[in-house]
Amino acid sequence: MCDACPTIDPDAHLLPEAPESQELPFVSDHFIVWYNDFRSEDRPRVGGKNAGLGEMMGAGLPVPPGFAVTVEGFATIHHHPEVVEQVRGLLSVTDPSDPASLQSSSALIRSAIENTLMSPEVEAAIRDAYHRLGSYCGLEKVPVAVRSSATAEDLPDASFAGQQDTFLWVMGASSVVEHVKRCWSSLFTARAMAYRHQMGYGHETVAMSVGVQQMVDARAAGVAFTLDPATGDRSQIAVDAAWGLGEAVVSGEVTPDHFMIDKVIMEIHHRTISPKQIEMVRAPEGKGVDRREVESDRQTQPCVTDQELLKIARMAKTAEGFFGVPQDVEWAVDRNLLSEHNVVMLQSRPETVWSRRSPQKISAGSGNFMDSIVSTLIKPVHTRSASDGE
Amino acid sequence: MTERFPSPFEGETPAGAEGWEGLYTYSLPFSEDRRGYEEATFWFQDGIHWADPLTPWDATWLEYALASLSQYNTRHYLIPPALGVDYRVLNGYAYLSPVPVMDPEEIGARVPQFMERAGFYFMNWDDLYSKWLVKIKDLIAEMEDLSFNPLPEKEAMEVITEGQGKGSGLDIQEEYRRLLNLGLRLWQYHFEFLNLGYAAYLDYFGFCKEAFPNIPDLAIARMVAGVEVDLFRPDEELKILAEIVVEHGLEERLAGGLEALEGTPFMDHWNSVKHPWFNYSAGNGFYHNHKVWLEHPEIPLGFISSYVNRLKDDEDISRPIDRIREERDRIVEEYTALLSSDEDRETFGQKLGLARVVFPYVENHNFYVEHWSHSVLFRKMKELGDVFVKEGFVADRNDVFYMKRDEVNEALWDMYSAWAVGTEPRGPVYWPREVARRKGILEALRSWSPPPALGEPPEVVTEPFTIMLWGITSESIDNWLGSGEDDDGLKGFAASPGMAEGPARVIMSADEIDQLQEGEILVAPITAPSWAPAFGTIGAAVTDIGGMMSHAAIVCREYGLPAVTGTAFGTRDITTGMMVRVDGNTGVVTVLD
Repeated sequence: MCDACPTIDPDAHLLPEAPESQELPFVSDHFIVWYNDFRSEDRPRVGGKNAGLGEMMGAGLPVPPGFAVTVEGFATIHHHPEVVEQVRGLLSVTDPSDPASLQSSSALIRSAIENTLMSPEVEAAIRDAYHRLGSYCGLEKVPVAVRSSATAEDLPDASFAGQQDTFLWVMGASSVVEHVKRCWSSLFTARAMAYRHQMGYGHETVAMSVGVQQMVDARAAGVAFTLDPATGDRSQIAVDAAWGLGEAVVSGEVTPDHFMIDKVIMEIHHRTISPKQIEMVRAPEGKGVDRREVESDRQTQPCVTDQELLKIARMAKTAEGFFGVPQDVEWAVDRNLLSEHNVVMLQSRPETVWSRRSPQKISAGSGNFMDSIVSTLIKPVHTRSASDGE
Repeated sequence: MTERFPSPFEGETPAGAEGWEGLYTYSLPFSEDRRGYEEATFWFQDGIHWADPLTPWDATWLEYALASLSQYNTRHYLIPPALGVDYRVLNGYAYLSPVPVMDPEEIGARVPQFMERAGFYFMNWDDLYSKWLVKIKDLIAEMEDLSFNPLPEKEAMEVITEGQGKGSGLDIQEEYRRLLNLGLRLWQYHFEFLNLGYAAYLDYFGFCKEAFPNIPDLAIARMVAGVEVDLFRPDEELKILAEIVVEHGLEERLAGGLEALEGTPFMDHWNSVKHPWFNYSAGNGFYHNHKVWLEHPEIPLGFISSYVNRLKDDEDISRPIDRIREERDRIVEEYTALLSSDEDRETFGQKLGLARVVFPYVENHNFYVEHWSHSVLFRKMKELGDVFVKEGFVADRNDVFYMKRDEVNEALWDMYSAWAVGTEPRGPVYWPREVARRKGILEALRSWSPPPALGEPPEVVTEPFTIMLWGITSESIDNWLGSGEDDDGLKGFAASPGMAEGPARVIMSADEIDQLQEGEILVAPITAPSWAPAFGTIGAAVTDIGGMMSHAAIVCREYGLPAVTGTAFGTRDITTGMMVRVDGNTGVVTVLD
């Protein structure tokens, strides 16, 4: 974070990591909830993604600072009844089974929302919050990520992951305001509309909060699962990592480096270093994201150090302990921060594949111990097959 | 797989070693008489125990140990899928081959008997183990009681007055036979528990691997590792002695050796602990020339002096027992919590419990057998050597180890007979010539590099003890076959966690251990537990041989020293001074320059 503010005291970056020093002087109000000031009752107002960030910061997990624009901010769209009517009308003539119809309605609805003037109170609140964040980072136009965070109060289990937009490297208050509107409108992407139809959710049961969070200038980034996605092994933390921003890993554009860390003894016991041809980096003028080729000698180097990996693993383990279920964590290593603080957590959500399966009883436990010893001797474990071999 | 290792019959005898077969029991070398079987079998070189060519007498331990191991699998407990481990010598080097039970019906038939017999041991383990501790100490007392005296000019008067009716010539022959019998009994005791201990450990291991497919072997081992283990006691005593030196300002006298320390509190403590704890071999205890601390006090004194220096630098040299124990408890607690049901947690608790019951034996027997008992037996053999020297049979007491164990009987006969008859024995002419010839052969054998294995590699290695103790797996066999073409360095077992970089120091034998400098990476065929005092200052250890449960692995874990074991080619590919990186988490050793 704050790569463009070289004069800042590096210890400021300790802030998100150490709860006792979290003295961000930012207090939430009707339209803004600061991550550092998050309370569990704010959850329906800020959506799952933002709530997750707030909770993590509260748990001492190193997320970058930022704030959420609450659903009340989005609700001010009702100050423009004509827009609401226009949207309802478009929805009523949309054939949700026809992709072309979804696409054209989506485009019309989104431009209607984006062309509507934001309510002055909300806009002022966003500008004020952005300004405070910038002062905190010592950078007037602090780059931020502007993220949709959909929420449905009556549908606590609904997953809207990946349906709405995220904008990175947004700089300047006006641009932030514009992108907040774009996030609002992304409630009506064709995909999100189709999903709600498929699930039988009413379009107006879903509301939109938006997260505004300081951008990390990632030297490397990726994801960490608090179980082995291949086997469901809960004793493991699997880390995928690539150069640059995490988008390349999430989108599958590069084959990331893969590491396996034992969750209990915290040992990195498996590593696969892959050639990472491309990376997503912040554009030279500080705005937007560039996709570029990685120099050949760097392609085959591991993109994280062992020390960083262990911090990522500990962070993921803390997140799992905090949320109580296996987690899927996005993290980054900032290229400018001191090595003690350069690992930051971007977000964490519950792992969904293995967590939903009912656990298998362990067959090696069957019968009395002598039966078990006999079967072990007759069909011995290939002691090196899973962990140390390969 | 088309690749295979050389046949035991295709190798050439090194020049100057012709006739080496005659140095061993007739059944020990590979021979035309059993060629069909021997060629069709896979053999691996056991460098853990026998890295050097064997002298004729030292081959005794190979034969006693392997026959005893085998006897328990085959005849005592009827391990269902495994008979014994066969053994041979090629060009002086030991080769082993686990013998499986192939017929599924026979395996099945062995099961109920195994359940009954092994089951009895598991059910009564603590009781039987405390009996074992008594038995082994009694056995050692009997060994200490052995005495070899030169034959007297004339028998003592009591022999006459007490009407003994027998003489010293019979005594010395009986003493030697007694030594051999005690040695064989020692090895029977050695394997009374070991195979079963490994079996219980493997069962627990299998459960862990099923519950957590990616759990490192190391984590499984750490949950059972003992905190206070007899094998580490000698080193603990050195630390106490170092503290005494500092407390009483004995640094200068320490430099003068034990004589200079006479009359100080240092010697009080030394004398109170030297038996048994300094019956400790600087090697692995299988060779007569491995130095024992008790007979070479310069070895422990050197370690003490380096501890003294560390104490004076205000370093804490004690093992953090409480922290080790807490950490072990935490690890167990966390894995337990990760299991998905109470039933699994209960099973895990039982298996871990049994593994912990059996593990003290696995960890401690090594001190009682290879260190303490072997130290005594070799010492007694050297006393017998002195008798041969006195009678002119050999020039040096250690020359007795160039006789086969049954030839010692013949030499004693020769000595006795000539003494009885009152003429000259043949030995003083025969043995110096023969010993010189045999030394030449062994010298020639030493220059030979034994291949890691012989014969057809098995498709998959399943024999549990082979995997556990020798670290022979399908992967390590592939590694041997593909040797030398490695691009990313040497691979072995991730035996002890951590990562270190530093200049390598290749140590081929215990005598070179004092060359190790601070921060260096120890590269050796195998390490001995008694090298542990040097582990405090070096960066990491790399061995050619050994699995997760090899003594080297156990000791490195205990001392928190990163280690990669079983690399096969560490001492061949690395030379002293090379910069290397050792990754004890993944088992990879990389040469950096």
